[in-house]
Amino acid sequence: MSFDQNAFLIIFTASMISISCGLLGVFMMLRKMSMTGDAISHAVLPGIVIGFFVSGSQRGLEVIIGAGILGILATLMIDWLRKRARVQLDASIGITFTFLFAVGIILINLLAYKVDLDQECVLYGEIAYLPIDLWITGGGTSLGPRIMYLALLNLILVGIFIFLFFKELTVTSFDENFSMVIGIPAGIINLSLMSMVSYTTVSSFEAVGAILVVALLVVPPATAFLWTKKLDQLIKITIGIGIGAAFFGYYLAYYFDSSIAGMVVSVAGIGFLASALFKSKLISGRFGTSTKQEPFEKMV
Amino acid sequence: MSDFVYFFTFQDSSIAFVVIGIILLGVGSAYVGTYSFLDKKALLGDAISHAVLPGICLGFILAGTKNPIYIVSGAFFSGALATFLSSWLRKNTRLSEDAIIASILSIFFGFGIVLLTVIQKSGNPEMAGLNQFIFGNAIAILEEDLWIYGGLAVFIILTLTAFQKEFSLLVFNAEYGSAIGYPMGLIRLVFNVLMILSVIIGIQAIGVVLMAALLITPGAAARFWTDKLSYLVILAGVFSAVSGVLGTYISFVLPQMPTGPWVVVFLSLVALISFLFAPKRGVISRYISRRSYLKRTHQDHLLKALYRAGEKDKTNLSIEEIYETYPFQKKESNQSIKYLTKKGFIIQNQSFITLTSKGKSESKRIVRLHRLWELYLNEYMNIAPDHVHDSAEKLEHILTPELEQLLESRLNYPKLDPHQETIPRDNDEL
Repeated sequence: MSFDQNAFLIIFTASMISISCGLLGVFMMLRKMSMTGDAISHAVLPGIVIGFFVSGSQRGLEVIIGAGILGILATLMIDWLRKRARVQLDASIGITFTFLFAVGIILINLLAYKVDLDQECVLYGEIAYLPIDLWITGGGTSLGPRIMYLALLNLILVGIFIFLFFKELTVTSFDENFSMVIGIPAGIINLSLMSMVSYTTVSSFEAVGAILVVALLVVPPATAFLWTKKLDQLIKITIGIGIGAAFFGYYLAYYFDSSIAGMVVSVAGIGFLASALFKSKLISGRFGTSTKQEPFEKMV
Repeated sequence: MSDFVYFFTFQDSSIAFVVIGIILLGVGSAYVGTYSFLDKKALLGDAISHAVLPGICLGFILAGTKNPIYIVSGAFFSGALATFLSSWLRKNTRLSEDAIIASILSIFFGFGIVLLTVIQKSGNPEMAGLNQFIFGNAIAILEEDLWIYGGLAVFIILTLTAFQKEFSLLVFNAEYGSAIGYPMGLIRLVFNVLMILSVIIGIQAIGVVLMAALLITPGAAARFWTDKLSYLVILAGVFSAVSGVLGTYISFVLPQMPTGPWVVVFLSLVALISFLFAPKRGVISRYISRRSYLKRTHQDHLLKALYRAGEKDKTNLSIEEIYETYPFQKKESNQSIKYLTKKGFIIQNQSFITLTSKGKSESKRIVRLHRLWELYLNEYMNIAPDHVHDSAEKLEHILTPELEQLLESRLNYPKLDPHQETIPRDNDEL
């Protein structure tokens, strides 16, 4: 097969997005907050729409700020429902994200004539248009696809975030009380992780859609978790799976002429189910001590 | 306004169908959802509702049209697969439940999107209707749809009502159920089937993405108003039906609006009102009762401080001394002094505070309860005298006269507490 520049750009961008999501997803999973990640990626929608409306384009900084605010708001709302109103955790998550997502859809429909944003785009994005959507400087020179730069910037920021706060993130993920004792503000670390997740969701939603970001947040770390117990390996395998899913997802989507983002997720899903099938037999056969599951509400 | 009258008088029979449909499926979903909420598996419903998307698409591909029977069977199949996979993964891997649910949800949804795009590219003219499953469009419910979806809803409601005992065993204490010989595995299976069916009928109106709200929110809101299961499901059904009709009305008046989001917004509004204003459990009423309890304890403490001063032959305390006893509570102390003066428990003279005779007997009562409880803990529970104070500090506010009488007779009307301080009685001199 000859070198196809468009294919390379798309796979490169999709890999960067799935690496950013995977890096954050590892910590979300270790905190048993995968569903909160799901909730955030739904809940940023009104922020995106309002930012879009204020700035008039989806390139504006307002969009990212709006989504960031909504992401934090969703986290706080879940917390408020759980601690103040004493609603059980799963219901708090469900109520929060459905409400915010509904508001987002209503806003899209209200502002339908003013913003160029439709609900399908928000749901599943379209990475296939990436090579057409170029970043053109004032002088008229084209520097390459705009979304690729967004994904690159996102990856760099997520990388810096994880690198700088690796110790804090690890400690707060495994033992929040201990982290408080040694003077790490678990609440702030938690909120900043949530803001990174919101930012990543916004930065990626054009390419893969708000809901499929969830898949990239959850599935690669969950798959990696089936294979290893070490944190550094967990991260490495997650990155590997992200790149692999982007690569095979693109070519399968090309072959079946379907949504690339959806296919990337399907490939990751097949990997996940295959790993689960393979590892479950090994675990029960070799050790027989797979960890006992705690009830859901104890997990946070 | 004329729209309003037109809609709610049901002059148009198609509107009547839509309203009946949305009420039936709202009640059905809320009914099942309340049980799964009580089972603390609310998010499984979210996973199932995302997971039916590939089934709907497959049903469409096989039938070639929006045939409700194909679509329902396809949706049922993929919903069942998702439910099975999530329970299989829970048993066979060490992944946590939320990771499993999130994975299943996004994988199935991703695959559904793949199928949806394949259908879109195939250029089938009927495919326009498929997008309605994502955000829902109750207005699109036709008479023949109503027979299937409404029939399923009625089936769900009847089954849940008929087997209420079995299903409440399942959600409250499944182990007890299997111990007394109920086939809990079968009941769980039937419940999962009902849950999948309710998701399938719900997405007609509300869409795949927001279906979770129809399952979770009514039950969660109703839980704030009642502790009785039978009222709970009825209330949840009412919340869901009202929000459903209001949402349908909005999308009737503004045709470009999908129904689902509006139903969810109305449901969330009902939930918010419940969370804030429900008696007993609501945030506001809990705040008020907490505040009044704190006020009362502070007043009790103030009376106690005056009594203890009396024990040391000091007939009064200055306000400054009271402030010192309760640092950082100046405002509360002032309020308590004001209130106690009004009730006639204390007299404020210049800046000195003295107990009245009424105040004396009240303060004796509190000190008596405190010391009785200390003695009880010491004698009956064998707790060391230096460990009993904290518990007594809490119990002194809530021990009833009956309990006081019981303590007195059990301890045989004692004179001294474990710290060798007198237990004051009403006729004792202070």
